[in-house]
Amino acid sequence: MRTFGLSEFLFILEAAKWTVALSMMAFIGGAIGGLIIALSRTSHNAVARLLSGIFIQVFQGTPLLLQLFLVFFGAPVLGIEINLWVAAGAALILNSSAFLGEIWRGCIQAIPGGQWEAAHALSLPYVSRMRDVVLPQAFKIALAPTVGYMVQIIKGTSLAAIIGFVEITRAGQIINNATFQPLIVFSAVAAIYFVLCWPLSLLAARIERRQAAALSR
Amino acid sequence: MRLFMNYSFQFDAVFAAWPQLVKGTLSTIELSMLSMVFGLMVAIVCAWGKTAGPRPVRWVINAYIELIRNTPFLVQLFFFFFALPALGLRWTAYTAALVAMVVNLGAYATEIIRAGIESIPKGQIEAGLALNLKRHEIFRFVILKPALRTVYPALTSQFILLMLSSAVVSAISADDLTSVAANLQSQTFRSFEIYIVVAGIYLLLALSFSALFRVIYRMALNYPAGR
Repeated sequence: MRTFGLSEFLFILEAAKWTVALSMMAFIGGAIGGLIIALSRTSHNAVARLLSGIFIQVFQGTPLLLQLFLVFFGAPVLGIEINLWVAAGAALILNSSAFLGEIWRGCIQAIPGGQWEAAHALSLPYVSRMRDVVLPQAFKIALAPTVGYMVQIIKGTSLAAIIGFVEITRAGQIINNATFQPLIVFSAVAAIYFVLCWPLSLLAARIERRQAAALSR
Repeated sequence: MRLFMNYSFQFDAVFAAWPQLVKGTLSTIELSMLSMVFGLMVAIVCAWGKTAGPRPVRWVINAYIELIRNTPFLVQLFFFFFALPALGLRWTAYTAALVAMVVNLGAYATEIIRAGIESIPKGQIEAGLALNLKRHEIFRFVILKPALRTVYPALTSQFILLMLSSAVVSAISADDLTSVAANLQSQTFRSFEIYIVVAGIYLLLALSFSALFRVIYRMALNYPAGR
């Protein structure tokens, strides 16, 4: 029987790059999707508002694990060949689109009405109104919760282990099955996640404190 | 659509298994409610310790919160189910799942309740002192209740997130709704149909819980509070 040593630890650490890659994929895809959702949610078009509202309700109201299963088992139903990367990536992107969309909707709506009215008064077209007036201001408020949400994405990628995607958690399970030392193996797994997530949590808290200080002046 | 032609949906197998699905749903509700109650108790104690306790206590509570909030729930679950029994603790998958959920929710809810407690104006606590209320009475009536009212929306959405993430406990077969779905899936091979129905059940649960929380708010916390 193997014992947990440096090479076992390095095996888990090596898998961290897949956790990071999957997280980046989910964040970039989720940011694009989230922006579309946030803009639809705040638009004047009733249909866009309704559809994005349903999207958010469905993806925030069902477990991420089930979304992962539905993509993984649903794609063959649609006749699409699927690999673990696409399944895990698609589920995480859809889920983070809903959450980021809802966070950013709040940030867009927090911009004072006068700003919108001023942009209207200058007869700026929609694109310019959003791109030059509303979104830059919303971006500032959105920064702290968005960085905080990245931590949720990294933790969410651990669920890909359940469908067999080898990232940190799955690598930990593999090592645990070979060594039968769950205490040390899962402590190591948790420690690697902590090292990935904690700096982001601290950064989010720092941005938030700074903004609170700037607002109270 | 051409794509759909090769597949015929068969929900019969799913609906034939409704007794198991009901059992799984009840089990998920039970697991969620128990962890909400115990998690809230852990959080109230920790929030009190964090705002009023001595420095070492605050330090320990902070370490607990940061550790839980920066590691995935699945890893915490594996830790409670695989690692602690290696130290000689024997418990079932269900108990391990419940403990993991309580510990997880406790950390998140502590931060939420702490924010509520810190929003209570000093004058309100001094008013309590002036009325000669005892320390625990001040904490309970002057600090905790208004604090819970302030953070109620954040707290209840955390509860719902916990209920949804309880699907993860199926990874250790803790007999919840998703475990039932996984079993049915391996018996009938109707994976997509089963998971779509189960996802619908979770959506209904999330909506029902948020309706329940609105009722609780109206019954317990909806008093006039002028400033």
